[in-house]
Amino acid sequence: MKELQGYRKPFLNTQPEFLSPGYASTIKRAPSLAPIALEPTLSELTGPRFDPRQLGASANDLTAGHKAKPIGERIWVSGRVLDDSGKPVSNTLVEIWQANAAGRYLHDGDQHNAPLDPNFTGAGQVFTDEHGHYRFRTVRPGAYPWRNHHNAWRPAHIHFSLFGPAWSTRLVTQMYFPNDPLLDFDPIYLSIADEQARRRLVSTFDWETTEPEEALGYRFDIVLRGRTATPFEKGKGAQP
Amino acid sequence: MSLRMTGSQTVGPFFKIGFSWLYRADIGSAARGGERVRIRGVVYDGDGQPIPDALIELWQADAQGRYATDPDGQATAEAELMGFGRVPTDAQGAYEFRTVKPGRVPHPSGRLQAPHLSVTVFMRGLLKPVHSRVYFPDEPSNADDPVLLSVPEARRRTLIAQKGPESLLEWDVRMQGAHETVFFSY
Repeated sequence: MKELQGYRKPFLNTQPEFLSPGYASTIKRAPSLAPIALEPTLSELTGPRFDPRQLGASANDLTAGHKAKPIGERIWVSGRVLDDSGKPVSNTLVEIWQANAAGRYLHDGDQHNAPLDPNFTGAGQVFTDEHGHYRFRTVRPGAYPWRNHHNAWRPAHIHFSLFGPAWSTRLVTQMYFPNDPLLDFDPIYLSIADEQARRRLVSTFDWETTEPEEALGYRFDIVLRGRTATPFEKGKGAQP
Repeated sequence: MSLRMTGSQTVGPFFKIGFSWLYRADIGSAARGGERVRIRGVVYDGDGQPIPDALIELWQADAQGRYATDPDGQATAEAELMGFGRVPTDAQGAYEFRTVKPGRVPHPSGRLQAPHLSVTVFMRGLLKPVHSRVYFPDEPSNADDPVLLSVPEARRRTLIAQKGPESLLEWDVRMQGAHETVFFSY
């Protein structure tokens, strides 16, 4: 059988720990025992491949599909999906979801008294192109309160979900906006110990993709696990 | 390596907005053969309370042990199943998939693995997902499965579904506690 190449483990402190007590919901939901290291097999090194034809033409335009345009500051969110060696991850599914401009999700569980927008659902999907590029048109989501601690507010964010080439490369994350004063107080953002790693979750304002008379541009590049370079790296733990 | 992997963040409580378009509870409908099974269970938190806002994703081979893709991410010609499932838990913390029992797939050691489903669980309160496997009861090959054997014996049972009536298999997820489910890193 062909030698199987696994995927590199993340650097220390660049991923959150399961238990992060500042985020209260982790206390009863974080596993208490350390995960057991599994030598990756075909089961972990293959993964689902989705068909771009499943998506409608405007699946990456969250401002479309309703009777009128949603309220809010229109933005382009674009970037590249790469692996950790810088190679583009092409033709991979990117899913996003978000609150509306007032900070309200179209979800029964959202009790925030900000208004719903009849012209905004807040979900989008796109496949990366051959160079790993993706792009969404949407509105900038609002900040919203949550009950984690006194006067807790989530910084404005967009949820991102990616598959990559294998079951091992699955990633769900959140994209934040530059200069948001709430970031320094958000236990979900702060759950990543390494400051540089945290900052990589913050998009950058980008003139290149800002469209005159239409929308501001924000860039957010996403890095998935890359292949181990040699079989010798197989089974190695977190790198320093 | 020149770049560092993007940090994981929780799916939060409202993932249905983004994920429901791809909910798939019926994985096996396209399969021509194979043993049809239903996998059902409840996800519990550290207080033993059901978790009504978890998401379970599943990946499996077809009844002959063939995955729909190869390790280079390319589609394979023969596989009968797309092999992907995704369901949320309901208000009682329960989920259910319908599928076919997968065949045995190779292990890097050269042995064959016992039939199993790969499972990834997301939820509010999980900053990164947990990964586990579901094995089948009354399956002789469990006895020499390299992955099962790597798990301390007392905890192996958390990976093996219980036999229910007819084609039903039950597999619960316990995030904490005396019978905490085995989670893997890879």
